Amino acid sequence: MNQGTQEAGKQPEQRGEALLEMRGLCIEGESDEVRVKIVKSIDLTLRRGEVLGLIGESGAGKSTLGLAAMGFTRAGCFITDGSVVFDGVDLLNIDDAQRRKIWGVRAAYVAQSAAASFNPAHRLIDQYTETPLVHGVTGEAEAKSTAIDLYRRLRLPDPEHIGDRYPHQVSGGQLQRAMTAMAMACGPDFIVFDEPTTALDVTTQIEVLASIKKIVRELNTAAIYISHDLAVVAQMADRVMVLRYGELVEEGETAEMLANPQHPYTKSLWAVRSLHKEEEPGEEILLDVRSVDAAYGAAKVLNDVSVKVPRGRTIAVVGESGSGKSTLARVITGLLPPLSGEVIYEGKPLPPALKTRPKDLLRRLQMIYQMPDTALNPRRRVRDILGRPLKFFHGLNGAARQRRVKELLEMIELDEQFLNRLPGELSGGQKQRICIARALAAEPDLIICDEVTSALDQIVAEGILKLLLRLQDELNISYLYITHDIATVRAIADSIVVMYQGEIVQQGLKNEVLTPPHHPYTDLLLSSVPEMDTTWLDNLLAEREARKARGEMVLESSDQ
Amino acid sequence: MTNAPDTDPVRPEEALLAEAVPVPQQRSAWETAWRELRRAPLSAQFGLVVILCYIVIGLFAPLIAPFTENELVGSQYEPWSDQFVFGTDQLGRDMLSRLIYGARNTVGIAFFTTIIAFMIGGSLGVLASILGGWADQVLGRAVDVLMAIPLLIFALVLLSIFGTSVINLVLIIAVLDSTRVFRLSRAVSMNVVVMDFVEAARLQGEGLRWIMMREILPNILPPMVAEFGLRFCFVFLTISALSFLGLGIQPPSADWGSMVRENATLINYGDITPLLPAGAIALLTVAVNFVVDWFLHKTSGLKE
Repeated sequence: MNQGTQEAGKQPEQRGEALLEMRGLCIEGESDEVRVKIVKSIDLTLRRGEVLGLIGESGAGKSTLGLAAMGFTRAGCFITDGSVVFDGVDLLNIDDAQRRKIWGVRAAYVAQSAAASFNPAHRLIDQYTETPLVHGVTGEAEAKSTAIDLYRRLRLPDPEHIGDRYPHQVSGGQLQRAMTAMAMACGPDFIVFDEPTTALDVTTQIEVLASIKKIVRELNTAAIYISHDLAVVAQMADRVMVLRYGELVEEGETAEMLANPQHPYTKSLWAVRSLHKEEEPGEEILLDVRSVDAAYGAAKVLNDVSVKVPRGRTIAVVGESGSGKSTLARVITGLLPPLSGEVIYEGKPLPPALKTRPKDLLRRLQMIYQMPDTALNPRRRVRDILGRPLKFFHGLNGAARQRRVKELLEMIELDEQFLNRLPGELSGGQKQRICIARALAAEPDLIICDEVTSALDQIVAEGILKLLLRLQDELNISYLYITHDIATVRAIADSIVVMYQGEIVQQGLKNEVLTPPHHPYTDLLLSSVPEMDTTWLDNLLAEREARKARGEMVLESSDQ
Repeated sequence: MTNAPDTDPVRPEEALLAEAVPVPQQRSAWETAWRELRRAPLSAQFGLVVILCYIVIGLFAPLIAPFTENELVGSQYEPWSDQFVFGTDQLGRDMLSRLIYGARNTVGIAFFTTIIAFMIGGSLGVLASILGGWADQVLGRAVDVLMAIPLLIFALVLLSIFGTSVINLVLIIAVLDSTRVFRLSRAVSMNVVVMDFVEAARLQGEGLRWIMMREILPNILPPMVAEFGLRFCFVFLTISALSFLGLGIQPPSADWGSMVRENATLINYGDITPLLPAGAIALLTVAVNFVVDWFLHKTSGLKE
């Protein structure tokens, strides 16, 4: 195939006729008797064999739109206007029985969390065969053989037998691929992928992305790919629609959009990853973790881990899930006393167990959690959440406490109107800011940040990171920042600790670690971060294959 | 879809302070309660009205009742008449007056018993979920032992050992019923204990009391309140059953359970008077269940 035909193949009119058309679609959602417009008059066309990327922050209405493409709305949502025409049939004007004939057979859905979407009581293969059998597409034996074929195409290990396992017996990445296989079971015309890799580690994400991309191309299935991660969508989609507040911001061919975004909002999305901090080596060592071993029961999770945190600097601890980075935080905070080794704080050993630590030490070590939703008591108001540590650690009462709470709110760039809110009345980013303020209220020396931005959208996350940097400048706080996201590390770290299976494989100043030569695991981690380039995934896979062919050692994700 | 983006990339400073999530305007608790009540299903409204009537009757019994509780006002088993609306009982006391005073005794004692059961069972359940380990095991197994013996029979045995005073009755039933409360409170608070905000409170060095009362209790309150309604019915029925068997509230105090027993012979003559206290028991039980159903539905998150 020469260059010319390849170009032509990318032209939309050559890609086949329209399969799905949405015209002027409006969806409203009801909560507490208030109707909110979630999707505001969206037009969308999906052609046969085309992958359309939907990008937006949470609340942009992309999932609602994705479900509406199948003629489905969640409970509490109502389609108020517009049409959804799938292959000549208006999905909104047929009854449930007719819609059911389309769902699963001609249109399928892959949800964000495969772990929550599988029935834990049935084997994978039985859940796979259910749809073809119910719809009478194939018999059981045939369904099983196509399942094995799909498992193989999706590069699942041991495709003949993996279907006999239960959902908890396979890893998250495998489960997500098994769910893609289920969606493919009846050979649908199109599939809606709703953030299928968001919950996965970067190293695992690659495998799932590669598998989905391969199978969608091979079977020429059309797809709507929903994500908030631009770099991921860049790999998958032919065409991209950017949504915001339920409205279309911009639409175009992927390569063109990446190269030349028009709308300021799109540009700002593109610019998010540009945050960068110059590294500075610290002088005074605040916290010194010395060859710590730790275990949960018989399972050893930390093996001879030593980390030094200088005052006023940020140490990023990087690694995939299960690498022991959160366990390290638990050892430092005293929730999990180590088996051996010790933690030195300002030259003195920290008592290993939480209960034996004096109040003043507890005050100096604070923690911020990954999920702001669960880190704040939903029944307490912001005023009480921030007021408690002030009273507890500093004995502040009455007017003095009120004043300090307001100061704290100011520090995290929120104003007084938030004082009486419950956590449920805050957005994700605002909640995380309150968590930061709660930690600040104690006036700590060190804050342990456990993946504090991974549950947030990119733009919101950037705001949080900027806030953390500013606070470090003003208050000279140290951060131990746990993350699996290299972009975040680039943004805020002074030095990096790379962890793999409970051990530290590499550590040093940021630039030392990020410039080659790397430890093979660091290399895998770094190369797995999607880039804003439509050819990145293909190039990366080709390169890894080539290196394997040359007999070089290529470390792969533990979640294969 | 409640998570609105909280910064506007074009004008971040302004947008950050803007309302990101629509906050319902501040209403007083009474307004909210009134609004909820008006929208409640008919069954729940009916239940609430009935419960309210029982409370009023119980509180103002001396004002409402035509005679006193134990006054002998006529001959035995008088039929219904203008003077004695529901006739008289086996000693010649006015049936209606005793029904009204019975609300005070039966419902009042059941209410206090349930409160004590919840204080014991609720606090131990939450404690077991926080402490875990052996403390959880010991409490859990102790509860298993108590629950292995049928409640009514166990209560009968204990009452015949300790004697049948009102205080003994209340304490024995409260302890036996607290085992059921323990199980529920432990189960629901297990789900809360694992939340990060509880860990955050621990890391801050907060004591057990604070964690129980401030962090966990407010979050398990809805299922506990619903359970309170159901438990109340069971306690109420247990006390009535014990009274019927002669070991509950002792004469001459008016009590619906013993009133059924005392007048049971009338059934043989086709007189429905003994069914009136039974009906009073049934009506209250049904009313409480209607309200609990509605409350559970409201708080279980099913509406979303």
